[in-house]
Amino acid sequence: MKHEAMLETLESRGEYVVIADPARILDLCRYLKDQEKFNRLSAVTAVDWYPAEPRFEVVYLLHSTERNQRLRVKCRLNGASTGSNPEIDSVTGIWRGANWYEREVFDLFGIVFRNHPNLVRILMPIDWEGYPLRKGYPVHGYKYGYTNE
Amino acid sequence: MKKVFEEHVATISAAEELPKTPAAPRRMTLNMGPQHPSTHGVLRIMLELEGETIKKAEPDIGFLHTGIEKECEAKFWQQVVTLTDRVDYLANLSNNLVYALAVEKLLQIEIPPRAQWMRVMMTEFSRLNSHLVWLGTHALDIGAMTVFFYCFRERENILRILEMFSGQRMMTSYIRIGGLALEPPRGWERAVDKFIRAFPGNVDEYEELLDLNPIWKRRTQGVGFIPLEEMLDLGVTGPMIRAAGLKWDIRKSEPYSSYDKFDFEIPTRNENDVYARYRVRLGEMRQSARIITQALEGMPEGPWQADAPHVVLPERERMKTQMEALIYHFKIVTEGFRVPAGDVYQCIESPRGEIGYYIVSDGTSKPYRVFMRTPSFGNLQALGVMLDGALIADSIAALGSMDFVLGDVDR
Repeated sequence: MKHEAMLETLESRGEYVVIADPARILDLCRYLKDQEKFNRLSAVTAVDWYPAEPRFEVVYLLHSTERNQRLRVKCRLNGASTGSNPEIDSVTGIWRGANWYEREVFDLFGIVFRNHPNLVRILMPIDWEGYPLRKGYPVHGYKYGYTNE
Repeated sequence: MKKVFEEHVATISAAEELPKTPAAPRRMTLNMGPQHPSTHGVLRIMLELEGETIKKAEPDIGFLHTGIEKECEAKFWQQVVTLTDRVDYLANLSNNLVYALAVEKLLQIEIPPRAQWMRVMMTEFSRLNSHLVWLGTHALDIGAMTVFFYCFRERENILRILEMFSGQRMMTSYIRIGGLALEPPRGWERAVDKFIRAFPGNVDEYEELLDLNPIWKRRTQGVGFIPLEEMLDLGVTGPMIRAAGLKWDIRKSEPYSSYDKFDFEIPTRNENDVYARYRVRLGEMRQSARIITQALEGMPEGPWQADAPHVVLPERERMKTQMEALIYHFKIVTEGFRVPAGDVYQCIESPRGEIGYYIVSDGTSKPYRVFMRTPSFGNLQALGVMLDGALIADSIAALGSMDFVLGDVDR
């Protein structure tokens, strides 16, 4: 397995991990699906590493039923310190199953997936403000907080 | 909020616009749910109909979102176990197991064989529990009411066994990090033996009730077809994939918790319709019964908890008499235990498909991130494709064959 967008490959606890360049994630995913037979995308998720920079890490959990192998692709994304949401290309064109998972990451972390067919909130109400799984968001929410009003 | 409402109204009027030629079919938007009896939870499906045919189906989820993943970040590692029960409340032991396995992978502690076999037996009980609820309610949706009572009769017996082991019927939290919550109770062999002897005969009963029923066959055969490639692309897992002919079961392909020591088969079918999914799940119930029988006969002796005093709570008796045990008890309860930094993805075969936990630790006594890859979420994504072009009456059968739990979808 070799591709220019792979910055680093490592093995930890019997699991294979690839650190990838977020700008070329589409090329890499196309290569992994077509050449390396990773026909399933189990899930897409994210981790907020606040206050480290780059702050967000998008994680793609891939699986190949043919080779019976799993692979984790991770991308670090800058952003949120400038006030705007971090962006990355959507992989819905490669695995259609990415659709809802990317919506979920957008909903809970505020990461924008470019060229996603329908990037709206999925778990929270559509008029919700804030991104609940970011580390700055309190566990018990803002709406019923302790205010003096 | 006002802007969102106006946008919503704008989309409705666009869909309801009258066609230019009077003979052209008119599209109607039908709202199924959020409280529809056959969705078994709170799910809304927006159906666009032309007469009786569904032209577009769009599921709207999130009504049961409780923020469990966020809640996990505020709890100690051992406290999260009780939250995992609440995700998929029909197969709670599968959720307990996958969480425990993931954390044990990070901690690198070894689980004694007796605990591993006990875990296998308990998760198979929860698979039976889940499949029985599915079969009963699925048949009820389609109109065969009797099966429901038969299935719930056996389910009651399973819940009694779970209660005997853990003291709880549904939210068992029986599988903990490092082993089990309690020592297996006295006389458990007799209770399990009595149940498992009768169970294969009960499965034959369900099969007779349904397979000799021509209405059941007409309502299920050839309904809810969706190509295998498309299912893999959309992230569908579990019995639906096996009903399409792919022999993929995580218990066999990536064995965990000593599943490789058990002799069982993976039931598959090729028809890829609602009927095939019913046959696959029926076959799985028989295989689960086989696994439980093997676990009962070959249950190893020995400890039921790992030898890791910094992780596992000491026995009550030792805690009261030994200083060391008291210290460990105090430390685990008040400040939790630390888990080495790193991330891990562990998946197992739940009754609904691949359930996987992606867990990140930063070396403290609370998880940094717990992501739950739940099977129902992935499976439900295929609903739009499956209902495309189907009849509205078949939508209930197709929905039921997916076997999703809304708590599992929304988390």
